Amino acid sequence: MMREKVAQAPALDVAPTLLALRGVGKVFSNGVTALSDVDLTIREGDFLSLLGPSGCGKSTALRLIAGLSTPTSGVLDWRGGGSLDRANIGFVFQEPTLLPWASVFDNVWLPLRLKGISRAKAAPAITEMLARVHLTGFEDAVPRELSGGMKMRVSIARAMVTKPRVLLMDEPFAALDEITRFKLNNDLLELWQDERFTVVFVTHSVFESVFLSNRVVVMAARPGRVFDELAIEASYPRDEAFRTSPDYAALCRQASDVLVNAINSTAGSHHDGH
Amino acid sequence: MTVIDGTLKLDPEEARRVRQERLERIGRWVLPLAIMILAIWLWDRICVWNEIPQYILPRPGVVLWTLYNDAGLLFSALLVTLRITFLSLLLAVVGGVGLAVLFAQSKWVEMSFFPFAIVLQVTPIVAIFPLINIYVDNQTTKLLLCAWIVAFFPILSNTTLGLNSVDRNLRDLFKLNGATRWQQLRYLRLPAAMPYFLGGLKIAGGLSLIGAVVAEFVAGATGQSSGLASRIIEAGYRLNAPRLFAALFLISLTGILIFLVLSLISHLILRRWHESALKQER
Repeated sequence: MMREKVAQAPALDVAPTLLALRGVGKVFSNGVTALSDVDLTIREGDFLSLLGPSGCGKSTALRLIAGLSTPTSGVLDWRGGGSLDRANIGFVFQEPTLLPWASVFDNVWLPLRLKGISRAKAAPAITEMLARVHLTGFEDAVPRELSGGMKMRVSIARAMVTKPRVLLMDEPFAALDEITRFKLNNDLLELWQDERFTVVFVTHSVFESVFLSNRVVVMAARPGRVFDELAIEASYPRDEAFRTSPDYAALCRQASDVLVNAINSTAGSHHDGH
Repeated sequence: MTVIDGTLKLDPEEARRVRQERLERIGRWVLPLAIMILAIWLWDRICVWNEIPQYILPRPGVVLWTLYNDAGLLFSALLVTLRITFLSLLLAVVGGVGLAVLFAQSKWVEMSFFPFAIVLQVTPIVAIFPLINIYVDNQTTKLLLCAWIVAFFPILSNTTLGLNSVDRNLRDLFKLNGATRWQQLRYLRLPAAMPYFLGGLKIAGGLSLIGAVVAEFVAGATGQSSGLASRIIEAGYRLNAPRLFAALFLISLTGILIFLVLSLISHLILRRWHESALKQER
């Protein structure tokens, strides 16, 4: 049933495939099956959310895509074969993961610095990126002087400063308060619409995934697997009006139902009280 | 920030807290000072009341007078001891950090060599010194080696811990960006180890002084040393208690100064980013 739905996803097929996961599985050395037989096609320009309960392997899938981990079975087929250059991948962690001793400017400089680009040469790109995430004027602050939301903005700027083709985000806003999260959602969408990079966004929030994505892939746990996929056909730009619209509410309900089914599918097979 | 002036009305609870904080700030300095003055005064009185002779327990004033009178002798000896202390601390930093970086390159290297560092650390230096005395001719080298063995371990063990305590996600981030081993060390692991290293440095500073003095003691027994320890031994033979006290006072003072200077350096380096150097905000 789920496979068919992926194949049917309307209008989105137009964009060329960027990455195809075929029968991807991951078994950890302690015997836990984190992912089992995952088939997933990511297209250029997608904003794809991986939605699921904890333990469904969504973070593992992200790490596989990033190349931080290798699959036990199956293949990751990057467009044109071979792996995409790591330089073309930006990664945003759940925590801001900044260098605590370095200024905002130097934190954003880091990916370029590691490529051997001097501070002066990198400066225009860094300044522009900081402006994009609304952090102009905070160049010299160190992370501890910033709020949680601002730290996350630095983290996003750092991931984007290399102009990656793919942005991987692992529950980046989970630790933020709702007001800050909404603001960052809006800003992220704005960035994405301007640059049209591909986003794979891991979240456990139905509302966040529906608001941001054009595709929501719902995952189930034990073993971690793709359960179903939803196309979110609301048009962009999506703003605060969309957040309170009946369309949005209906889509959220739809996604929520699928998520509940995904959770029940696990509880039915091996119930362990989680 | 609480601003206290005529216009700001504080409720009784807040006012009490502000008063409490101010008292604590003053007390932190005044109390130990008062206790010290009281103790010195008591010491002086005990000498007078019991008519204790100078060669057993000199009065504080006499110690101070000796410090002034024997200044030339004592300070030139102090300089000798200080030279050994700082050279050995320097070598401890170079050796400790160098070994820690080497250990951080591979778990295998660390597993192979760390136990030997521990053996060196737990064996009392006075027991090793006679051996050093046989194998090493040069007096300065002897003392340096001795003080170094005592001082390098806290730096090695702390820096090793620091280099291995890097946030996993940051490590992944460096990997994602194709960082070389050297880049990871230079931009991630060394800065992350800095607070640990500085903690070790503070301990090593005191230990290098202790190491230098102990080494002089053992060496000084044969009359080959001209540092503070040998002055103490000499004064002991002559029952010159005032000079003993004066030398002891100088050594303590030096230890305190070394600690304060290293604490200041540590604070200056960490004050912007590390929790330990931040003022508590409520």
